[in-house]
Amino acid sequence: MSANDIKITNLTGQCVPVRGNDIDTDRIIPARFMKVVSFEGLGEAAFYDIRYNSNGKTDHPFNLDVYQDASILLVNKNFGCGSSREHAPQALMRWGIKAVVGESFAEIFSGNCTSLGIPVVEVDSADIGRLMNAAEETPNMNMIIDIESMTLNFGDFEIEARMNSAARNALMTGSWDSTGVLLDSGEEIDAMHESLPY
Amino acid sequence: MGRNLFNKVWDLHRVKTLDSGLDQLFIGLHLIHEVTSPQAFSMIKERRLKVRYPERTYATVDHIVPTLNQSRPFEDELAEKMMLALEENTVSNGISLFDADNENQGIVHIIGPELGLTRPGMTIACGDSHTSTHGAFGSIALGVGTSQIRDILATQTIAVSKPKVRRIQVTGKPGPGVTAKDIILKIISELGVNGGIGYAYEYAGPAIRALSMEERMTICNMSIEGGARVGYVNPDETTFEYLRGRRFAPEGEAFDKAVEYWKRIASDEDAEYDDVYSLDISSLSPMVTWGINPGQAVSIDDNLPRLTDLDEGSADVAAKAYEHMGFQEGSQILGMPVDVVFIGSCTNGRISDLRAAAAVVEGRKLAEGVRGLVVPGSKHVAMQAEREGLPGVFISAGFEWRNAGCSMCLAMNPDKLKGRELCASSSNRNFIGRQGSPEGRTMLMSPQMAAAAAVSGKIVDVRELMGGEK
Repeated sequence: MSANDIKITNLTGQCVPVRGNDIDTDRIIPARFMKVVSFEGLGEAAFYDIRYNSNGKTDHPFNLDVYQDASILLVNKNFGCGSSREHAPQALMRWGIKAVVGESFAEIFSGNCTSLGIPVVEVDSADIGRLMNAAEETPNMNMIIDIESMTLNFGDFEIEARMNSAARNALMTGSWDSTGVLLDSGEEIDAMHESLPY
Repeated sequence: MGRNLFNKVWDLHRVKTLDSGLDQLFIGLHLIHEVTSPQAFSMIKERRLKVRYPERTYATVDHIVPTLNQSRPFEDELAEKMMLALEENTVSNGISLFDADNENQGIVHIIGPELGLTRPGMTIACGDSHTSTHGAFGSIALGVGTSQIRDILATQTIAVSKPKVRRIQVTGKPGPGVTAKDIILKIISELGVNGGIGYAYEYAGPAIRALSMEERMTICNMSIEGGARVGYVNPDETTFEYLRGRRFAPEGEAFDKAVEYWKRIASDEDAEYDDVYSLDISSLSPMVTWGINPGQAVSIDDNLPRLTDLDEGSADVAAKAYEHMGFQEGSQILGMPVDVVFIGSCTNGRISDLRAAAAVVEGRKLAEGVRGLVVPGSKHVAMQAEREGLPGVFISAGFEWRNAGCSMCLAMNPDKLKGRELCASSSNRNFIGRQGSPEGRTMLMSPQMAAAAAVSGKIVDVRELMGGEK
């Protein structure tokens, strides 16, 4: 009935750093790419207006050969602010991203990621700087995100990480695709539907 | 200690706390539009689920509708395809749709309130971050993603973390020309675009009490620009009077009974909060944004900040903003030439906004070379404006008067900036590329300030056009 029971407890992959605070959802996916009735093919739209300009491809990390196999996105503060469009994490996921590590995240973006089984992992400001530098120096190095112990291993670094505890539980127990879990409370839902004063 | 509205309404709608620790929250009113819902309908179809309570969902079209020629099929094939998908999804699931030719059509956050669908003590969700607008009525209203729309359609509930509550206490009497937009831009510039992450904002205090419902909606609308997914105002007589007689509001005894509930869920006098922030607006001036997020705003009589005066993180974003906008740190914002003026959006596309803008425009002309667009937030707003003769005021000044929709707030329809055009906009986001051109530039301000920019061809202090003292 759902994509459920996929428990996400750890992830290994190469990293792609996208620097900058307050990277909003319009930058992650410009609105014109949302004129679609499915999410398919949105990977190419990820960061489109900063990946392409009138001269063609820019040197945005998503365009660089060295990051084409990356699956962990490294970002700074307040990533994903702005719109509620799930098209943003969908575009990143369809480009190849399976986890996001950063200093802080906008709330709706972060919830949308959880719904898609994408861990949103927070680390300290100094740590993200070190991780980004390392990913730039050694793009083919793998990061291991251990969601159970909340540690990141990346080359010489072992870093303590944080996650919203409920999102973490949902990923670890395979209940991140929430519909099935919510439907389990069918009777309680019906009772509330009847009893609300509106 | 007493309880605040947020906690009362949340508890009333909490079905249970899930094993993950997330709360399962019942959504009393679900609003959908054409952009974020089609994939949700596909998902429930794939999973062989059905819409649990179709009567708790209402649909309209706003994001992609053209504002010039709304006859079907739309010229834009992709837009037409989205319209057809919404029509098919609502018909086959028994959901009410206010389609492009329906008199109730408009921006989802304008029509919910004006039809009386939005009421105090509700939980309201919509696949749109500006859903916080509906909090103006004392409801918990939150933007959700498409997977959550799927969950609401199938279960009428979502799995969500309960935020903390910050009371934003606003005092003082605003001077002439200072609006709700200026108050919220000031709050965001003070608390930051990420200051509200993890919080619901309760806007309170005498200055908020004194606001009309439409002004309260402007403030709650932009909560998300300050990082707060939810913003609300406690319901009071202003709220009840606004709702009385609205199409979907209860009538007669049912209305009186509803008022009892609405009064009961308001925050208690001695309610507890996780945080309190106070702002005195007595000396507030009109605000304008100069950057690429809504927190990058200054008072009209201030100079742009110097990078050395900002902390490291803010300075990086400010440097990027100056690069994009082509502005110089430390320079004046007054006198900045504008190319386009946009008056509309779920933030400032209501009748009071259009009246305020028309009052500035009346007897004046659009400055040479400036393109001006007035887009009413809904068909009802447009009809009311017509009854008051407002379109004539705008058209004779040289503005274009359009049909209802989101339009150039996010430019998913043909209304877009071109190249590096600079737009004085009454909308809510100045993100890079937001208004349809990747190089386009947006300055956010109140509708009266945008109108003043339109007739002056540059950023001016609207108070100087109002004849009142500054």
